[in-house]
Amino acid sequence: MNLTLKIWRQADSSSKGQMVDYKVTEISEHMSFLEMMDVLNEQLVNSGEEPVAFDHDCREGICGMCSMYINGEAHGPDRGVTTCQLHMRMFKDGDTITIEPFRAAAFPVIKDLVVDRTSFERIQQAGGYISVNTSGNTQDANSIPISKHAADEAMDAATCIGCGACVATCKNSSAMLFVGAKVSQYALLPQGQVEAADRVQNMVAQMDLEGFGNCTNTGACEVECPKGISLDNIARMNRELMKAAVK
Amino acid sequence: MGGFFKSSIGRKVAMALSAFFLMFFLLQHLFINMLSVFSPDAFNEVSHFMGTNPLVQYALQPVLIFAVVFHFVMGFILELKNKKANGVAYARNNGAANSTWSSRNMIYSGLVILAFIVLHFIDFWIPEINTKYIVGDMSGLHNGEFRYYHELVEKFQNPLRVGAYVISFVLLGLHLAHGFTSAFQSMGSTAGRKKNLQAFGKAYSIIVPLGFVIIALFHHLFNNH
Ligand code: HEM
Ligand code: SF4
Ligand code: FES
Repeated sequence: MNLTLKIWRQADSSSKGQMVDYKVTEISEHMSFLEMMDVLNEQLVNSGEEPVAFDHDCREGICGMCSMYINGEAHGPDRGVTTCQLHMRMFKDGDTITIEPFRAAAFPVIKDLVVDRTSFERIQQAGGYISVNTSGNTQDANSIPISKHAADEAMDAATCIGCGACVATCKNSSAMLFVGAKVSQYALLPQGQVEAADRVQNMVAQMDLEGFGNCTNTGACEVECPKGISLDNIARMNRELMKAAVK
Repeated sequence: MGGFFKSSIGRKVAMALSAFFLMFFLLQHLFINMLSVFSPDAFNEVSHFMGTNPLVQYALQPVLIFAVVFHFVMGFILELKNKKANGVAYARNNGAANSTWSSRNMIYSGLVILAFIVLHFIDFWIPEINTKYIVGDMSGLHNGEFRYYHELVEKFQNPLRVGAYVISFVLLGLHLAHGFTSAFQSMGSTAGRKKNLQAFGKAYSIIVPLGFVIIALFHHLFNNH
């Protein structure tokens, strides 16, 4: 495949960026999107140009590092996949592909397609944990019975990899799908009950402080989320916050 | 509790509560206006009751005005906050790939409704307040007959007004097509994501605006005098 790429280039966080056109040739349809980017970068390095900076680590859809806005959609046009798992067979020979960083005021660009997502980490630090002693006296995993239904839902919520596609997609740059998932994975389990009220209040407060927007329930995040995190988690977070408020 | 309504989620809950009140109000307003199509006398009776009953006038009416003002002021505040939360605009953004038009344009459908509400106040509410509380005529009579039906029909003779009403109600339908189920989600209920309530919401967002359109067109087309 021969492709035209329109890529956001930005030297560093303080400089102004712009879209730049590139051409790549002989791209195999079996390549992943990041492999296609590798081909481009090799080409740029060989011609003495600065390669395009982009985030990636595992390249198997579990770390949540890769983060590209491809043709107007977070992680591109495929469903249930991260950018690293997106295959070039989703595109056609001769296509023009627009590649931008995940956009949100709380995700400032560091360089090119790399954005700073430490705002997510600060939300996690505000309450995304349970306080238990894990040093040597670990309890038997089966000593607290948990219903299959709750365990499944908690597990589904816990599959969120913190990639930020929900924020990038949201017209309000809202982080509620991410925070909803992180609140839910504990709210559904007995171990999460002790700190439940503080957790949701602190995490929501941090989310607001970081400058994420307000959910208007468009549902776009759920569609673009590579892990299929459900909007039900946002509703659960809202319930948890209401419960905490009347306590 | 004070902190709750300052949080992003608390604001959405308040937004949804005001919206529920407005949707309930709309339903009763439609029922009363429908009477004007079937029975001018019944319409006059009910209008006179609503216009002079102290509970309606001094309790429900202020609540309604508060709900309307709160809803659109909070709508603007949230919209501004959300715009601030956006980074640089995307060169290419495919919103249609993952969400409905009505969900992405609540502020625009809302603005049209707001313009309508202003027009509606000038048309009906201000003259009504003037007659009743400034002039002090609580009789509801004009030349010895109830004036309400006559005034309604009079207003709908102007095709420009009827056109503006029809356009506004189409936008109201779109606002509600998303808003009805969205309000449940904001309240932390997943019911809005289930088939039954989605069907009900769709029916509500079509039937209620359509009802108002039919009333306006009926008086415009079949009630010349
Ligand atoms: C006065 C003009 C109005 C403006 C500017 C306005 C604006 C808005 C905005 C910006 C939202 C938030 C978007 C969202 O949550 O998806 C919203 C939500 C909503 N509006 Fe309005 N609106 C207006 C009037 C109305 C009226 C008259 C009704 C109903 C009769 C209504 C019903 C709703 C509903 C049901 C929601 C969803 C609430 C939620 O998700 O929490 N709006 N409106
Ligand atoms: S909810 Fe989905 S889109 Fe959002 S951070 Fe988690 S995995 Fe990524
Ligand atoms: S690189 Fe780890 S999820 Fe894509």
